[in-house]
Amino acid sequence: MNKKESVSGSVSLLMSLIEEGTDTIFGYPGGQIMPVFDALFDYRQKLKHILVRHEQGAVHAAQGYARASGKVGVVLVTSGPGATNTITGVADAMIDSTPLVVISGQVASPLLGTDAFQEVDIVGIAQPVTKWSYQVRKADEIAWAVAQAFYIAASGRPGPVLLDFTKDAQSALTNHYYEKCTSIRSYVPVPKTDRESVRKAAELINSAKKPFALVGQGVEIGNAEQELIDFIEKAQIPAAWTLLGASVMPFDHPLNKGMLGMHGNLAPNQKTNECDVLVAIGMRFDDRVTGDLNTYAKQARIIHFDIDPAEVDKNVDVDIPVLGDVKKTLPAVTKLLKQAEHDDWIESFDIVNGEEHEKVTVNEIYCDREYLTMGEVVRRVSEKTDNEAIIVTDVGQNQMMAARYTKRRFPRSFISSGGLGTMGFGLPAAMGAKIARPDRTVCLFCGDGGIQMCIQELGTIMQSNVKVKIIVLNNKYLGMVRQWQEIFFNKRYSETPMLNPDFVKIAEAYRIKGRHVTKRDDLDAAISEMLEHNGAYLLVVDVEKKGMVLPMIPAGMDVSNVIMEK
Amino acid sequence: MNINAQILYTVTVYSENHVGLLTQISNIFTRRFINIESLTVSASAIKGIHKFTITCYSDSKSIEKLVRQIEKKIDVLTAYYYLEDEIISREIALFKVTTSALLANSTVESLVNKYNAKIIEVNNLYTVIEKTGGKTEIRELFEELEPYGILQFVRSGSVSITRSKYEQLSDVTMC
Repeated sequence: MNKKESVSGSVSLLMSLIEEGTDTIFGYPGGQIMPVFDALFDYRQKLKHILVRHEQGAVHAAQGYARASGKVGVVLVTSGPGATNTITGVADAMIDSTPLVVISGQVASPLLGTDAFQEVDIVGIAQPVTKWSYQVRKADEIAWAVAQAFYIAASGRPGPVLLDFTKDAQSALTNHYYEKCTSIRSYVPVPKTDRESVRKAAELINSAKKPFALVGQGVEIGNAEQELIDFIEKAQIPAAWTLLGASVMPFDHPLNKGMLGMHGNLAPNQKTNECDVLVAIGMRFDDRVTGDLNTYAKQARIIHFDIDPAEVDKNVDVDIPVLGDVKKTLPAVTKLLKQAEHDDWIESFDIVNGEEHEKVTVNEIYCDREYLTMGEVVRRVSEKTDNEAIIVTDVGQNQMMAARYTKRRFPRSFISSGGLGTMGFGLPAAMGAKIARPDRTVCLFCGDGGIQMCIQELGTIMQSNVKVKIIVLNNKYLGMVRQWQEIFFNKRYSETPMLNPDFVKIAEAYRIKGRHVTKRDDLDAAISEMLEHNGAYLLVVDVEKKGMVLPMIPAGMDVSNVIMEK
Repeated sequence: MNINAQILYTVTVYSENHVGLLTQISNIFTRRFINIESLTVSASAIKGIHKFTITCYSDSKSIEKLVRQIEKKIDVLTAYYYLEDEIISREIALFKVTTSALLANSTVESLVNKYNAKIIEVNNLYTVIEKTGGKTEIRELFEELEPYGILQFVRSGSVSITRSKYEQLSDVTMC
């Protein structure tokens, strides 16, 4: 389609999206984007449009789609409230490095700045939470702007891009000519790798007696899962993962030692402060991972692999930064590594994790108390999917339980709102993930609070027949806040108890099959029914009201302050 | 040296000349609660490339992080930061005093001479004095003129030039 042809701006936009390989759009129409939706009517065979029920749902769905597929998620909304409703999702995508192109309508250019109906300065609003935001006022600019948008969203450290199209640009005629963007002179997506840093990193790892690797989502974004395995296997480096790195390593790999951070596993958190060389790979030392920076890994020399130079020394001072694409930098270091053995060191992780298993995990996932626990529901779902499902979570206790007690066999199998912690993310994100990967089982774990933040998307699931499995862990509380109130606020349960609707009836109203489980004896059969059902399914499980996610390192403290028991 | 000490830094940003970039850059300061002392934007010696000169008080760690965040902006080519002695900086200040104060005796005129300033407009009511120089010099002139009544005063932000030969944009190919 490189021949010039005269088309409307709207058609030029859709042709540009097709050039970029887009086949799915999450959107919601409205006044100032109508020319594009009108054009879409002719392109509906090539561009599948998923009509959401709220623009926030569109963005979270596009995030789920992007995270499950590795492709750029595309969102199409109108001006004003349509555009502002996307902002939470856009901010979420920014902090979690998810590639999105959000297209908003805008009032016609002569009306800009007049407080016209549904006019809002969305470029100004979006600027701090996007990788790039741009207003297109001329049809002739469209192909160029879309090419830039996709290039920026997907390259380097990915992120959301917002393109704001004035209505006159959508309607005007243009000679459409599409050329993919391959470089922007002011933008360096992948920094140059310093050969010396590669050599020094290898040398330091070769000298290490107790090396330890921290694995983040950067490895998944860089499609470097195998390169990571080669790296840790050669030098026998035990490794742990951040929340967003939960599906980078297969759960049964002997060097996979569990989750980092506030609700992470005991061994990784303790060993961070015992290792002699800490190797951070595609992670950003979030405060939920590090806790108190004054006592964090002070004994260790630190190597940091990252694609974003601004991450180096941002939270933790690093001895050797290895900048560049992890798919190239990891093998470059691996090549210089000596085969090593650290059997005693590796085994020491298992001893500590074993202690946690006895004190915490057994109680949570093999419970025989009266009430069902969140952990046992999560474990049973994971087991019954052979640990092969894509796990999506909302935010809170459900999220931590899912991270701790599901197992992931394949990459891109754990989708969660990490940095922003957006309640309401789960339902639409699961929907997007299932649309991206219809071949995979997609299981969402959410709480009774979070599901109600985007519950309207059950309408989308109905209309687009999205076969997602929704598990509501219902403790009738905003559970994570309740947990903090119990531990840190003297059990004053301010505004956390929830009077909930009958979720199964709500699902039924949306023609979604559902079941409500209150007893342990019914759980297995219900999970089987859910997984066997050829369609969306909502399983509500009443769980222990006062359930807690443990272990817990209180915010801003270090692992020595870990809470293991109620 | 105390790494948390607040020092005056000059940040130089080279960017594309695009609408809205000023907000993007100033937001990076705002979010970290760093007050911008002065700011100027102008063309650089390279065609099509604009140059921001921003001064602010910060510490050595924070300024490094701030500049890396600025560099992350898509339309920013590159950004640097300097201590005062690494660059040559000038500001321009305009002082308005009454003409009667100028004519009363020779003091105001001798101050103008002493500070290498110049009188750029005189009329019945007021006299405008222009002074180009460093921050300190301008402040001193202000203090000395103050007893004679300053009607209006304005000063520009710093304009700074590095001690390197060319614009420091070696990594970027200009095409």
